[in-house]
Amino acid sequence: MSPPAERPGFWQQVYRSVFRHRFDDTPRNRVLQITSNVFLHLHPATIRRHGLRLRFTWGMGGLSFLMFLVTVVTGVILMFYYRPTAAAAYIDMKNLQHEIPFGMIQRNMHRWGAHAMVILVWLHMLRVFLSGSYKPPREFNWTVGVLLLTLTMLLSFTGYLLPWDQLARWAITVGTNMAAATPFIGHQGPGAGLTGVTERTDIRALLLGGPQVGDAALLRFYVLHCVFLPIIASVFMIVHFWRVRKDGGISGPPHAEDAASSPGGPRA
Amino acid sequence: MNDAHAQAARTDETLPDAVTTWPHLVRIELLTTLVAMVLLTVWSIVVDAPLEEAADPNRTPDPSKAPWYFLGLQELLVYFDPWIAGVIVPALIILGLMAIPYLDRNPRGSGYYTLRERPFSIAVFLFGFLGLWIVPILIGVFCRGPGWNWYWPWEPWDIAHATHLTNINLTDWLGVPSALGGVFVCAWYSLGGAFWLWRRKSPALLQLGGARYAVTAFLLLTMTAIPLKMALRLLVNVKYVWVTPWFNI
Repeated sequence: MSPPAERPGFWQQVYRSVFRHRFDDTPRNRVLQITSNVFLHLHPATIRRHGLRLRFTWGMGGLSFLMFLVTVVTGVILMFYYRPTAAAAYIDMKNLQHEIPFGMIQRNMHRWGAHAMVILVWLHMLRVFLSGSYKPPREFNWTVGVLLLTLTMLLSFTGYLLPWDQLARWAITVGTNMAAATPFIGHQGPGAGLTGVTERTDIRALLLGGPQVGDAALLRFYVLHCVFLPIIASVFMIVHFWRVRKDGGISGPPHAEDAASSPGGPRA
Repeated sequence: MNDAHAQAARTDETLPDAVTTWPHLVRIELLTTLVAMVLLTVWSIVVDAPLEEAADPNRTPDPSKAPWYFLGLQELLVYFDPWIAGVIVPALIILGLMAIPYLDRNPRGSGYYTLRERPFSIAVFLFGFLGLWIVPILIGVFCRGPGWNWYWPWEPWDIAHATHLTNINLTDWLGVPSALGGVFVCAWYSLGGAFWLWRRKSPALLQLGGARYAVTAFLLLTMTAIPLKMALRLLVNVKYVWVTPWFNI
């Protein structure tokens, strides 16, 4: 692209309407690269050097988010081929594996990406704890992170039922049987006699749409997995990322010490 | 308090060791994304996601395992009733994790790795993360077979292998009235009160204050009670510590 003339031609006008700055490597353009891009604008324009070190952050938060994006993209593709009914679900899974071009790798990436996300979120929590990054002023963002951890596992759990094979059905049966043991609102829990809940009216029936894992449970888990939980998790992710910046960026050692050992010398 | 927060949360732009995010951070993000996507793609080409026979409500597999990340909780079902293992413990895990920043009053070790400046909090967290979460998951994934009996990973799942144990309630084993079970449980939690009376003048507890101490002590005693009950079951076949008509612990 040639440098803009006094009176820009048509293509130059189009180009400048999209890109607000030029790309030669100047300090000003480095900042504009971040601040004039809605996606990169998640970042601050500058960052303390230690926040770059993978030895410090392990890259876990970013990779957790990457795995979320992978499951969103592959998940939407899988939705084109999958019907959440007891009669169709398993047939659609078989078709994905054997008939649909690239169906198997979409499903594999969705599943392994989801499992990776669970592990990466745990490791992210571990590193945030070990580096003391939940300490003031970041207490609230830690609690948001705990909610995201819970949502990650609920997303994975609701997706576990959808293949509608033996593994799926019985894993969800075992998992939701726990809900039947909830005190007072589960029919097998302590205090069920006081509230009078039955296997058709308790908290597990609310989750499953009936007394056991069947058609209604498949539809409920499908809607929770594909719509409800991703939206809730996205909302908390927005809060989480925003608060990282508002709470002072990636955590680090106290400013004075850090500045003393940095090439810039002690802070004035 | 809010001023202190705002002060601590000032932007990094003014710091002398700051570098521009473009290209320093964006470059790292791009490279880690590429490496992660290559690994995930290769893994997904090589290893297929499992798909068993179609769901059949009339055929219950043995063992029926929850998804692997919940197997720690399923493992707890061996030692505790479902309302504890499946409801109370998960709720306490989530609430306890959320409470950590409000319970840990140690100002040191913020934003860097140090064991020396906060040995207690790191020891507690690693005990919970590794001992109470990761290890039970590994047991559930690799060591549990038919009837939820213990099979080493190299052992065949042979039904005849299973040993059938008769578990006995602690109070019956000791030959004392079952109401004493409640005394045992209360005595365990009153250890927290005793420790408070003993060390309430110590700097750590003064800094914590009564309410924070009570919550911390409850969570810690619950965390340690779990492996204690597991040991009672595995070593001396104790079924319940406290039996009541409404619930058992």
